[in-house]
Amino acid sequence: MKYWNSIQKGTLSVLKGLYITFKHLRKGGKSFAPVGIEDQNYFQQNATGSITIEYPKFEIPVPDHGRYKLHLEEDDCIVCDQCARICPVDCITMEGIKAPGEIGKTSDGTKKRIYLPVFTIDMAKCCYCGLCTIVCPTECLTMTNKYDFPTSDRNEFLFEFANMSAEEVELRKAELAQFEAEKKAAKEAALKLKDNTP
Amino acid sequence: MACLWGASVFSFIALFALLAVYGERKISAFIHDRLGPTVTGPKGLFQTFADILKLLSKENIMPDAAEKVLFIIAPLLVFLPVFIGFSVLPVGKGFGVAFPNSGVLFLVAVVSIEVIGIWIAGWASGNKYALLGSARAIAQMVSYEIPALLAILSAVIMYGTFDLEKICQAQYSQSGILSFGVFKYPFLWISFVLYFICTLAETNRSPFDMPEAESELLAGFHIEYSGFRFALMFLAEYANMLLLSLLAVLLFFGGYNSPLPFLGEFDSGTIPALLWGLFWLLSKGFLLVFIQIWLRWSLPRIRIDQLMFLCWKVLTPAGLVLFFISCIWKLTEVYSNLS
Repeated sequence: MKYWNSIQKGTLSVLKGLYITFKHLRKGGKSFAPVGIEDQNYFQQNATGSITIEYPKFEIPVPDHGRYKLHLEEDDCIVCDQCARICPVDCITMEGIKAPGEIGKTSDGTKKRIYLPVFTIDMAKCCYCGLCTIVCPTECLTMTNKYDFPTSDRNEFLFEFANMSAEEVELRKAELAQFEAEKKAAKEAALKLKDNTP
Repeated sequence: MACLWGASVFSFIALFALLAVYGERKISAFIHDRLGPTVTGPKGLFQTFADILKLLSKENIMPDAAEKVLFIIAPLLVFLPVFIGFSVLPVGKGFGVAFPNSGVLFLVAVVSIEVIGIWIAGWASGNKYALLGSARAIAQMVSYEIPALLAILSAVIMYGTFDLEKICQAQYSQSGILSFGVFKYPFLWISFVLYFICTLAETNRSPFDMPEAESELLAGFHIEYSGFRFALMFLAEYANMLLLSLLAVLLFFGGYNSPLPFLGEFDSGTIPALLWGLFWLLSKGFLLVFIQIWLRWSLPRIRIDQLMFLCWKVLTPAGLVLFFISCIWKLTEVYSNLS
């Protein structure tokens, strides 16, 4: 009896297997444009048929604020240095030159007091953790949906965001030096005045 | 003339193997919900041609531990029997290279030499995986040959001849598909299933690909082969698939006869007879090859003891029963004609 049962079971399971694979074979071979997570029907997609995404031809749509390449809106940066300090892999290099006074406002109304001569992100080091975008007080450092930027030269992963010219940097440095010298002089004068008071 | 036949059969086998590999990759991809080759040529059609070019430009590596002479002749021993087997196939009414009286016997005998080639390939490689693979091939061979022959025998008894051309003609009548072996003698369906299972074992294809067994033996008997010699073994596998499918078509599905009823026959030896016969023979054969490929991507590999169980305890008794049925059927036919 066991013998006949094993034959029956074997035959049926072979037929069932063939049926299942034929169902897939019948629907196979159609490439399709992938649907992104923002689409309404993302979770109602028909899962049968080919699931291969032919990448250069089709891309999965990524939301605008994907967690990929970093982008700095340098006009909004107040050079607080928080992003550079929180970065776990130290991929952000930034410098600042203090201004004598307020030099403008960011788009959310914060006062800007520091010039930004250097802001470089090394995307080859970046680990895409997104901590820098969380600490940024003016939301000027963001992650974008651009993820396809391979190059053959490592230096091309260094993205410069500051747009001050060399002359302007010199000018601002001189300005700062002059301001500090004036301040020092004023302070000394004040001290002298204090000493001279009887 | 014989040279011409040989050259055309060889180029046909090579072309078939390339397209069958492409087809297999596409079918397997669709079954897996993938796309398969898409980039090389339209729909990836030239992928296998590129592959074979790469394969032919590779170095022929000879392992230090190999038996030099046997290692070189083994791929030939694998391929040549299959190639010779094609010589006795009738491809259209009155067309074929040879029409021996014992065509079926010759074909079965010649094709089983292939296993010796596999054994020599595995043994001469000087590799323990290859040796294991070829040992399995031999163990497999003694299991599947007997039910395969019994299934063939039950068909041969019904036609009363070993001559493939005569077997084809016996399956021709005005009723078209109804005069095919499996419809004329319905028990031949079971014979066909038996024979088909044994075919899978004979061509070392899944679920009986123990001699190759990529996951356990890496590639089994052809693990040490590279370049042209590997291509030859690959060619032999696909050619063998087609040859055994064509034998099944000849024995059970009317050979080169068309399944359409009420169409006359072309005269023997004319070009339309060749084309018409070739078309039906190959379309039926390709259908069986497709089923082989489909089965390969549906079923997992079974263990060697399961194969032994299947062949010795299931297929061989079934083959004997079928043999008995066909004898009785034939005897009743003969006696009813006498009286």
